[in-house]
Amino acid sequence: MPKVTIDGKTIEVPQGTTILQAARMIGAEVTPPAMCYYTSLKTSGGYCRTCIVKVSKMSEANPNPIPKPVASCRTNVEEGMEVLNYTSPEIVEARKGVVEFLLANHPLDCPICDQAGECHLQDLSYDHGSDDTRYEFERRKFKKIDLGPFIQLHMTRCILCYRCVKVADQLTDERVHGVLNRGEVSEISTYITKAIENDFSGNMIDVCPVGALTDKTFRFKSRVWFTNPVSAHRDCKKCCGKVTLWYKGDEVLRVTGRKDKWGEVEEFICNECRFEKKQTLDWEIEGPTAIDRHSVISANHYEKIVEPSLFKLNDIKPFED
Amino acid sequence: MGKKLLTEHFGVQGIQQLQVYKQHGGYASLEKALKKTPDEIVNEVMTSGLRGRGGAGFPTGRKWSFIDKKSGKPRYLVCNADESEPGTFKDRYLMEVNPHLLIEGMIISSFALGAHLSYIYIRGELLYVYHILEKAIAEAYEAGYLGKNILGTGYDLELYCHPGGGAYICGEETALIESLEGKRGNPRIKPPFPAISGLYNNPTVVNNVESIATVPAIIAMGGEEYAKIGIGHSKGTKLISACGHIKKPGIYEIELGLPVEEFIYSDEYCGGIRGGRKLKAVVAGGSSVPILPAELILKTEKGEPRLMSYESLSDGGFTSGTMLGSGGFIVMDETTSIVKNLFNFTRFYHHESCGQCSPCREGTAWMEKILHRILHGHGTLKDVDLLWTLQKNIDGKTICPLGDAAAWPVASAIRHFRSEFEDFVQHPEKHLDVKHYFNQIEKKELA
Ligand SMILES: Cc1cc2nc3c(=O)[nH]c(=O)nc-3n(C[C@H](O)[C@H](O)[C@H](O)COP(=O)(O)O)c2cc1C
Ligand code: SF4
Ligand code: SF4
Ligand code: FES
Repeated sequence: MPKVTIDGKTIEVPQGTTILQAARMIGAEVTPPAMCYYTSLKTSGGYCRTCIVKVSKMSEANPNPIPKPVASCRTNVEEGMEVLNYTSPEIVEARKGVVEFLLANHPLDCPICDQAGECHLQDLSYDHGSDDTRYEFERRKFKKIDLGPFIQLHMTRCILCYRCVKVADQLTDERVHGVLNRGEVSEISTYITKAIENDFSGNMIDVCPVGALTDKTFRFKSRVWFTNPVSAHRDCKKCCGKVTLWYKGDEVLRVTGRKDKWGEVEEFICNECRFEKKQTLDWEIEGPTAIDRHSVISANHYEKIVEPSLFKLNDIKPFED
Repeated sequence: MGKKLLTEHFGVQGIQQLQVYKQHGGYASLEKALKKTPDEIVNEVMTSGLRGRGGAGFPTGRKWSFIDKKSGKPRYLVCNADESEPGTFKDRYLMEVNPHLLIEGMIISSFALGAHLSYIYIRGELLYVYHILEKAIAEAYEAGYLGKNILGTGYDLELYCHPGGGAYICGEETALIESLEGKRGNPRIKPPFPAISGLYNNPTVVNNVESIATVPAIIAMGGEEYAKIGIGHSKGTKLISACGHIKKPGIYEIELGLPVEEFIYSDEYCGGIRGGRKLKAVVAGGSSVPILPAELILKTEKGEPRLMSYESLSDGGFTSGTMLGSGGFIVMDETTSIVKNLFNFTRFYHHESCGQCSPCREGTAWMEKILHRILHGHGTLKDVDLLWTLQKNIDGKTICPLGDAAAWPVASAIRHFRSEFEDFVQHPEKHLDVKHYFNQIEKKELA
């Protein structure tokens, strides 16, 4: 098993582990942000470039550095590899540049966006971005598109992370979802805006890091930080049936997959669980969900249930191709 | 006169026809090659020192030696004929004038790699060249140079020509492979490299047209003999497509190592600057490579004469050097506006970015907008600094080298011509188009 050192911390990991996964095993303090990689989606990652790190030593066998920054989510560790993330000013600066690019065409309409409070782009810009913008041109705009009865696509906010495309490719049986056009005018689209009718299409909403794909059954019902997450499950023939219910008072406003510390869904859920089971009676309640993420979403929920530091890290397995 | 290996028969009437090509020694290299073992051919090419002519200059023999032969998977050779880099137009000419040279090269190279299925991926806009190639391929099949049991040796090869859809990015080898597979032409994230997992996830070699078309000459004369042409690690001859403000734009085959000054000013090549004007700058290897001002293109920073070779052109790194690149040689005289030229290049990269990774997708568009603003007289000094940081934030942070290719022209233009940018934003009236300028005067007079 190769040993890798990231920002001075060493860990032994299974062969085939990426730098990003190794960093997650060490802990948040060395982990680069990841906006497009998604552990359970094959071939995801590599697009956003927020996870770039510097490989200062390739391996024991080849101690040379890699001249350019690499995408940690798509680069496997090798025995003796040494990686600089937050300890490299060059990387911190470069990442600021990436964040600026991701925000360049973003509408910054958080006050009217459903994702605000649980948006990874918000977190990213707080943690890794600059205070102001140097982009002074008109930002690109798209019309909102209904992807069937449950999902709305607001391309204007999309960061083209390709996660939803991978969901469409890998979880749903008929691909009608992809990218049209190229470059700065690329857009996520369904084939001739064909509605996505598939039992697992709702997972696109969960994987979308921003407010580009939102749940039409929840839109504008509440700011997310006014809702309380509760873990629940039910016997479902289609999926694992393990979800998070988001309550406001007694009312279940929405149902989502359960997300881990890194904001990734633990197991994908079906559309029936997500869109059609919105009564407490539909579910076995397990208890409040603690959110170990220092985002707005984790504010105001419950009096401290568990100290985040007592959380066990997720069991991260390298994924096999 | 330098040696002519690729363009030797360009003047021959009807050389596009197999019959005529054969009369001039065509397909003799193939017959010679088929008597060797594939490894012998790879070694020959390795000895020749041939470096990839598509831009990166990677040694062709080395590339061939990386191809995975152990897994037993089918191997492919793909010829990159997507030539779309502004300023580069040598492959088109080569295929148009002497298609059989490429086809002969394809057969020998495929044999060396053990490929039984090979493709020429040709730029979509070059449809007429596609038809020329198709005709030549049909002739080669007819003559028994392609298909089953080639010349009775038991070697089989199918060769297809596939036109692209007209996207510059499909010249990037992994985007080309995706496109050939019938998908959207997005570059793949490497590793794995094509030599291990390329077309249909099988071992694949992608080579430029000129690289492959050089192989028959190497076989004919032997790798050692070929390596005697050129200088240092720049062996052999290279096609240069020269354009811009020169007396004689066109395609020239040069022996690597030719002094740049001789190339620009001698009557054998470019014939000097048009209209007796002064040389201002040169983009030596296609639009992506750094632009150099006259003094740095003719002489290196150390004061040595600059040569047309991989090493000499890159002498001084990016601070004072550039790259041989694909051989697109763009000459600009003193009347050229570097700012306007940069806008043109940047607009191109913005238009051609596939949009997969954020620095290239957003950065190329942003840089174009800033240059557009400058060009319309609304730029500020801050814009010049912003351009500088933006290119820095793109360079080296993208999936494929298109990001770098978009960043380098911006970096080098500002590095060497900053004062021109500053003058442009401070005194735009001096630089604006005449019509625009008069409009402004009129407005001032009316006011
Ligand atoms: C954006 C981009 C466009 C490219 N276009 C071409 C092209 O049109 N023709 C070409 O031969 N190589 C092109 N290349 C280089 C190829 O990726 C590849 O390196 C080359 O085909 C390898 O052939 P060679 O080793 O014979 O040079 C391009 C690279 C990039 C990044
Ligand atoms: S819609 Fe969301 S998930 Fe899909 S590419 Fe855009 S940001 Fe990513
Ligand atoms: S660098 Fe540009 S062209 Fe290359 S993959 Fe990224 S977005 Fe596409
Ligand atoms: S998370 Fe690695 S490139 Fe996006």
